[in-house]
Amino acid sequence: MSEALEISLFIFVLASFLGYAVITRVPGLLHTPLMSLTNALSAISIVGSLILAGSGEAAFATVLGAVAVFASMTNIVSGFLITDRMLKMFERRGSRSGRRDPNAKQVPS
Amino acid sequence: MSDMLLPLAYLFAAACFVLALKWLSHPATARRGVRIGEIGMLVAVVATLLGFEIVEFRWIAIAIVAGVAIGVPLGLLVPMTAVPQRTALSHAFGALAVGLVGTAEYYLHRPAIDPTTMVALGLEVVLGFLTFTGSLIAAGKLQGIVRDRPWIYRGQNAVNLSILGAALVMVAVLVADPGADALFPAIVALSLVFGVMLVIRIGGADMPTVISLLNGFAGLSASMMGFVLDNRLLIVAGALDGSSGLFLSIVMCRAMNRSFVNVLFGGFGAEVAAVGATERRPVRSVDPEEAAFLLDAARSVVLVPGYGMAAAQAQHKVRELGDALLLRGVEVRFAIHPVAGRMPGHMNVLLAEANVPYERLYDVEAINPELPHTDVVLVVGANDVVNPAARTDTESPIYGMPILDADAAASIIVVKRSMRSGFAGVDNELFYLDKTQMLFGDAKEVIGRVIDELSELPMRGMAVA
Repeated sequence: MSEALEISLFIFVLASFLGYAVITRVPGLLHTPLMSLTNALSAISIVGSLILAGSGEAAFATVLGAVAVFASMTNIVSGFLITDRMLKMFERRGSRSGRRDPNAKQVPS
Repeated sequence: MSDMLLPLAYLFAAACFVLALKWLSHPATARRGVRIGEIGMLVAVVATLLGFEIVEFRWIAIAIVAGVAIGVPLGLLVPMTAVPQRTALSHAFGALAVGLVGTAEYYLHRPAIDPTTMVALGLEVVLGFLTFTGSLIAAGKLQGIVRDRPWIYRGQNAVNLSILGAALVMVAVLVADPGADALFPAIVALSLVFGVMLVIRIGGADMPTVISLLNGFAGLSASMMGFVLDNRLLIVAGALDGSSGLFLSIVMCRAMNRSFVNVLFGGFGAEVAAVGATERRPVRSVDPEEAAFLLDAARSVVLVPGYGMAAAQAQHKVRELGDALLLRGVEVRFAIHPVAGRMPGHMNVLLAEANVPYERLYDVEAINPELPHTDVVLVVGANDVVNPAARTDTESPIYGMPILDADAAASIIVVKRSMRSGFAGVDNELFYLDKTQMLFGDAKEVIGRVIDELSELPMRGMAVA
């Protein structure tokens, strides 16, 4: 196994555990924004698309790369915008009425 | 110099992404999470454009402008009720990008592709293209373009698994001989077909699980792209997305007491055919006036929203009804089941849109002990999540699913369009109880009429049970 691959595998496995640990703490209340945010973040594939589209190696690579840039860019823009729109609604709720920690066990008074 | 800057910029972006998810753990900090995610993304894109030898800018510019032009309306104008289909559509877009890059990488570098890269490339392409068509079908079902009922035939699992198996075998051949490029289009085609086949057999009730799973696949394919391009930012971001999809799928499966295998290949919805045969039993129905009386006389009311509320866009009317009851001294709470609706958190978003404070939303564990002391449970367009058969009927396909114990309340009002069964295709005993009243009609219209009737009733200082 090459060293580069070994390091990449380490990063992949550790990032997966880190992601899982962090995401477990997101309350059910915010699961829809969670999905739209991770969706926007995974549009980081725009990086690969840009490298491909800009390489000038072959015409088909430029075309496929450009379509990929378009698709990723759509996700980045719409993903961040709609997540923020949703979170704005939740934020509004939290600040007006008394706060209750959504992570806490929801025991009503 | 730029040798240093590029990895540092990517490292910075990866850290931003982790922080974005961390801050999403509370509504008060969540918007900060979006900001930091945007910063990370911007840094990554700028660093890529400056750090790599980009010689062809024209198409990139056109693609970025077009992406923004489509992305802005998709992000700002889509109504909250359409969020599930928008999410499915964006999974499709993301997966398409990954699949296309993988395809181009293969044709640029074959036959000089080492085996490990070819494994990653193969998985990237298979996952990318199956997620692309699968998500398109999911979006079509959610939007009502594709038939929502599961499409099932004999031997379907065998056919589906053979398609996927064939694609994976071809990937294995390419790993051994990367020059066998005749196989590549076949892998793409089989993956596209498998995506369609996988999702077309899934009914509406399973959409939350399937959307989560597709979310995970999209992330995993982005990670694989990171392995192919030796780009660790992609690996990290893909792993974060993948673990989020996995986590949500597990939450959804647990909420339905089912396994992945059961959702993807199981017989949920197979009972649909038998539904027409169920004998029509008598139910009690009320009109909006009687319902208003019942609600007004209650000390405590728990509202249970379901997909029917989303379909009728009744969330604002539901909130109005809650406010009207609060004004009359009734205690009003909302009970949210994790799989109510078509995606994780669907009901929470709709009620937040309608200005219901999240302090009033309760999950299954918190509200179930309260339901025996509740005077009226008002079910708005929910069905399977309040079906007592999940507790009692070992034969039922939803047996073992944790439900909201609506039947424990003193009385129950069910707002429903007709006596059609839920998406699981199961008859609901709750509707036939002596203490249950059916309020038939479109949720938005019927609840509007209940509010009108309520305003006609005299206000009382104290509510009586």
